[in-house]
Amino acid sequence: MTNGQPKIRIRNLHKSFGSNQVLRGLNLDIGVGESVVVIGGSGSGKSVLLKCILGLVTPEEGSIQIDGKEVVHISERDREELLKQFGMLFQSGALFDSLKVWENVAFGLIQAHGMPRKQAKGVALEMLASVGLDARVAEMAPAELSGGMRKRVGLARAIATSPKVIFFDEPTTGLDPIMGSIIDRLIVHSVKQMQVTALSITHDMASARRIADRVAMLYNGEIIWDGPVAEIDNADNPHVDQFIHGKAEGPIQMQVRKP
Amino acid sequence: MAALDALALLGRTFLKFLEATGRLAVFVWNAFSRAWRPPFYFRAVGQQMIDIGYYSLPIVGLTAIFAGMVLALQSNIGLARFEAETQIPEIVAFSITRELGPVLAGLMVAGRIGASMAAEIGTMRVTEQIDALVTLATDPFRYLVFPRLLAGLITLPLLVLVADVIGIFGGFVVSVQTFGFNPANFINKVWDYLVWDDIFDGLVKSSVFGFIVTLMGCYQGYYSRGGAEGVGRATTNAVVSASILILVADYFLSALMFGV
Ligand SMILES: Nc1ncnc2c1ncn2[C@@H]1O[C@H](COP(=O)(O)OP(=O)(O)OP(=O)(O)O)[C@@H](O)[C@H]1O
Ligand SMILES: [Mg+2]
Repeated sequence: MTNGQPKIRIRNLHKSFGSNQVLRGLNLDIGVGESVVVIGGSGSGKSVLLKCILGLVTPEEGSIQIDGKEVVHISERDREELLKQFGMLFQSGALFDSLKVWENVAFGLIQAHGMPRKQAKGVALEMLASVGLDARVAEMAPAELSGGMRKRVGLARAIATSPKVIFFDEPTTGLDPIMGSIIDRLIVHSVKQMQVTALSITHDMASARRIADRVAMLYNGEIIWDGPVAEIDNADNPHVDQFIHGKAEGPIQMQVRKP
Repeated sequence: MAALDALALLGRTFLKFLEATGRLAVFVWNAFSRAWRPPFYFRAVGQQMIDIGYYSLPIVGLTAIFAGMVLALQSNIGLARFEAETQIPEIVAFSITRELGPVLAGLMVAGRIGASMAAEIGTMRVTEQIDALVTLATDPFRYLVFPRLLAGLITLPLLVLVADVIGIFGGFVVSVQTFGFNPANFINKVWDYLVWDDIFDGLVKSSVFGFIVTLMGCYQGYYSRGGAEGVGRATTNAVVSASILILVADYFLSALMFGV
């Protein structure tokens, strides 16, 4: 799927927080209309990678190109324009707690795309219905929702503006297995029907297999393996093998005291 | 060695101060330079004006009436030493409009609004809501910061205007009730004595104070980090820094207004 120019092209990306080097020369290409899933241990820098691409975090070094255009140091105004074609589901949901659920979902439509409130509410209700939330929930405040409901509202908000690129940071974490499958299907549907480019993060290998065209593994600040989802079982990479089978023993050493 | 250490500490503190001032200047610049581009968030400005003005009326009113009352009480004692008790109305009107109205309202609003703004924006920062705003192509400076600053600039003078009336009324009540002043005489004296400049200078001050309060609330909130504890720290810093800045600005503005 990487024929022609990739939608997102990352080269030699470095990001540290103080002495904590999180990304250390990361390279990744994501093709137009492709669904890539990034896997990797907790704290390995997956969320930071998404934030670097969106410009929420500024990398020290390296290049990020979107449609062939360098975006690391673009102006505030250009970034605002650029982000109109992006959608992001935050790991924590990041719902605006001063607004009702439907206002959260309709936010991008009203504020950035100038849609009238009434019309935006209609779209928001449709989006909420597609993640299994009804009109009663739409009138609630985010603080009144369960963890899984918040995640689904965040998802509805991320896709409401019909973005060209969507980032999903752990879309199915905290959902029951059935709702998890429904959300996976929604993601696959968006990618295939609307030609969306998707970059997702997940720890759930079943979910990864369902939504990914390609899987990339982040370890020690770099992408150490990257290939079609079908090849993941024969990756011939001990790190990937340990990760997808969730083995405690292997090359990946978690910093814990053995019981 | 101790002297050198002290010098180094002084230098570090000074550098920190410069850095903070620079960051604050950039913050203000961002808020005002971007505000001229659409979209404009009129609703947000209105909401903030109601919050800052209308909902602060009770505490500011209460503060003002007692300030006016105590002023009348004190000046009666002070003026009696010069046998000038008849000047109470002038003293009350002058002090309230020029000094106590703006400063007390500013300090009260700093406690009420500065704290809640820092807490709200700080919570939005640490729960990634500000990041979410950015990804929804909405500039936090235009959506969150500018409406608050603008509302502070406009609303505090309105609030102080009300506080002036209530404060002078407090002085009136004490003078009439306790010292047997003739009510009509009191009002006439205030009316004859006060000049437009007294009121106007007070309102200019309060506009500056409103800006200081909202700026400290937004700035401390925007740069808060470290979860709930960080938000708590931001809230305290917003109130303390706004209160100090109000008193400092008050001195310099007064000096400027009297051409000292
Ligand atoms: N704003 C920040 N300030 C300081 N350090 C940070 C910040 N954000 C992330 N980090 C650090 O970067 C590292 C990677 O964090 P990140 O959130 O990307 O992990 P992750 O791979 O998404 O993990 P998880 O799967 O648990 O969500 C962590 O060590 C974290 O402490
Ligand atoms: Mg994460």
